Amino acid sequence: MADQTPVPGSQRGLLIGGLREEHAAARGGGDPELARTTTSGKRPFRFGRWFRATGWRHVVGIVTVAFALFPVVFVISSSLNPNGTLTGSNALFSKIGLDAYARILTNPQVPFTTWFGNTLIIAGVTALLTVFLGALAAYAFSRMRFTGRRFGLITIVVVQMFPQMLAVVAIFLVMSAISDWFPAIGLNTHIGLIMVYLGGALGVNTYLMYGYFNTVPASIDEAAKIDGASHARIFFTIILRLVAPILAVVALLSFIFSVNEYVIASALLIDTENQTLAVGLTKLVSNPRYADWAAFSAGAVIAALPVVVLFLYLQKYIVGGLSAGSVK
Amino acid sequence: MSTTFDEDVEAEKASPPTKRQKRAARIADAASGGIRSILVKLLLLGIVDAIAVYAILVLALSQEWLVLAVVVGVTALVNWIYFSRRTLPAKYLTPGVIFLVLFQVFVLVYTGYVAFTNYGTGHNGTKEQAVSSLMAASLERVPDSPTYQVTVVDQLGTLGLLVTAPDGEASLGTNDQPLQQVDPSDVENGKAVAVDGWTTLQFSDVIARTSEITELAVPFSDDPNDGAIRTPDGSSGYLYTSNLEYDEAAGTMTDLSTGTVYSDTGTGAFTAEDGTEILPGWQITVGFDNFVRAVTDSRLAGPLVYVTLWTFAFALISVATTFFLGLFLAIVFNDMRMKGRRYYRVAMIIPYAIPSFLSALVWAGMMNESFGFINQVIFGGASIPWLTDPWMAKLSVLIVNLWLGFPYMFLICTGALQSIPEDVNEASTVDGASAWQTFRHIKLPLLLVSVAPLLIASFAFNFNNFNVIYMLTNGGPRDTGAPIPVGFTDILISMVYKVAFTGQTRDYGLAAAYSIIIFIVVAVISIIAFRRTKSLEEIN
Repeated sequence: MADQTPVPGSQRGLLIGGLREEHAAARGGGDPELARTTTSGKRPFRFGRWFRATGWRHVVGIVTVAFALFPVVFVISSSLNPNGTLTGSNALFSKIGLDAYARILTNPQVPFTTWFGNTLIIAGVTALLTVFLGALAAYAFSRMRFTGRRFGLITIVVVQMFPQMLAVVAIFLVMSAISDWFPAIGLNTHIGLIMVYLGGALGVNTYLMYGYFNTVPASIDEAAKIDGASHARIFFTIILRLVAPILAVVALLSFIFSVNEYVIASALLIDTENQTLAVGLTKLVSNPRYADWAAFSAGAVIAALPVVVLFLYLQKYIVGGLSAGSVK
Repeated sequence: MSTTFDEDVEAEKASPPTKRQKRAARIADAASGGIRSILVKLLLLGIVDAIAVYAILVLALSQEWLVLAVVVGVTALVNWIYFSRRTLPAKYLTPGVIFLVLFQVFVLVYTGYVAFTNYGTGHNGTKEQAVSSLMAASLERVPDSPTYQVTVVDQLGTLGLLVTAPDGEASLGTNDQPLQQVDPSDVENGKAVAVDGWTTLQFSDVIARTSEITELAVPFSDDPNDGAIRTPDGSSGYLYTSNLEYDEAAGTMTDLSTGTVYSDTGTGAFTAEDGTEILPGWQITVGFDNFVRAVTDSRLAGPLVYVTLWTFAFALISVATTFFLGLFLAIVFNDMRMKGRRYYRVAMIIPYAIPSFLSALVWAGMMNESFGFINQVIFGGASIPWLTDPWMAKLSVLIVNLWLGFPYMFLICTGALQSIPEDVNEASTVDGASAWQTFRHIKLPLLLVSVAPLLIASFAFNFNNFNVIYMLTNGGPRDTGAPIPVGFTDILISMVYKVAFTGQTRDYGLAAAYSIIIFIVVAVISIIAFRRTKSLEEIN
């Protein structure tokens, strides 16, 4: 596989790079800068050469994109099918209509909009508070020197390695004990679920933010301190603005995590009205009597759309954030 | 990861500040806090304290002294931290740490405790609760019971019965509170109809809450053997006594109709001599029973072994397949001169952007044996048992997880490749290495150093990748031979979830024991893995 891969800069890579420059010039398009630097004259376009250089890459790309997108195309197509069952959804885009969307949004037996609202509230509040709590901790770890600092950082990361999901039985029992005393924040409440999620607010997030905070020069804080700013003021008005990109990334990752979270949400949220999309939609299609695949697809499209848009919008930062931990 | 800590700490270690410097810093700090920030601080602490006082009151009422002590301690600590001048780092760490300790550390410890109990269906509460619910469940109307006049009353949603005995005496009680004599505030025709502190239910309310009212069984006295008052219609009540007789001194339950004696044999339920138990029982500590049962009961040990093996296989194969596909694509698209790379890239990361529970459900639809897109369209009507055959289901899970996971690997491999300096190629070319040799012996090791921690993280993630299993196959196909709801594609975490929360009987104790086993496995793997990566770093 990899032995056919020309590595840029290596002999073959260079060769191919050169070829491609000529090719770009020959076609008169491509990268203008490359075209400008090419001084050789026009050379006839040879398919074989082009294919060995970049053509096969496009073949790989097209195959991969087909693999990546075909479930997406399928679900969009079936969501547009006015009265589709699973079988009816197999002829892609045979019928187009928005009936399925209307059904999922208005069916009184399926409180889709309530689930959607619940999910947005739970995931949104969790994301905001996670970022806030994580940023507070990251600021302390990054800017202050205190005994137990290194130990604290390592502990937080190690504790985080054990997924909360594994303690779901204990979480359920703790929350049911809490509901005996304070029903407003116990089982079956959104506040309770958010509190449980905030148990994971420190951890990898803090570590990610800590790394980013360290890239902000400490001299900025010192200058502000000399000017008479308090630590709280420095944190809220200076640092938080300078680290905004990582805050956005952590918020998004936390948001996606909560949208996806099923185990704890399904254990804690009992009433249908209180549940999240993950719990509700899963129940919806796991019930064999409910054969309205088109309506489910419409719901899936509506549910996925905001996350996908946000993701694509922030993808540059996300990629940076993902590799920040490993790639220096 | 751990080496990063070392470097950072080393680099930032400065000479400790002198006493004067410390004092100067404190003064500067004190001078800089504005009046507004002090007010905000006071307000926030005031809210925290008010909530704490409320919590303390509630806990005192329900006599939860241990929890109360914890609340008092934490509140005092929080106040001290935010009023003290010396606890600056703690001011920033406390909010997150409170949640971390309660919902991450404490629940972990609590899981350990639950693993040593018989907590679950039929063993939910204390012995007293078990006794009273057993008695209540076997209530039968006393044939010659006199008629008691009753009025249904309500206090903050709790229903009670205001009972007028045939001799005219009024008393009040609820499901949890035995009858106690009261002075009615209103009596009509010799029937007490109102009492202070309670709202009398009107006829329409009685109709609306019929089911709740017929469930009411107000104990006649503290002794459960005295029976309870129940009302079929909300206006007249009768004495019901239990079929069971509880002897507190001997700790036995006697079934009056058959004469069988059930006694407390230390198994958490009243047990007859022939071994039959009557449920509900109560919660007791069972020591290592759950662990022993999980590994020695052959019907449980079999599933535990194959689920564990499959969990490892699933996690390893998932990491390997996604990594190699991601790496391959990263290399393919890491050619600066290829056109349209951006568009390919955006299309390829879409699977990563869609919430995984949705994609797994969509795949489950597409892989449906008789109606799914894959069989109907791609394989022209074949009926390939994607999700119903044990081996095919495993393959399907891996395919779907490959689809879900390769974009992530593609992204991190692209990042890692781009961070490898170009002169590596030149140097190896000069030395006469082929592109493959350069890749295999120079680039791949360099790449592995930077992505190895992420591969371990990915392994850990897949080890507990609940969503893809549960949404796609629901762990199925089901293993009908096992006494717990386990299937052939279940991984450990989905098995824990099913044992705890699905099926007829919920066995929290067993589920917690499984959790502990997973904890240990994860911990051992993490330690080994991190040691390995460290040695990898030393090589380079």
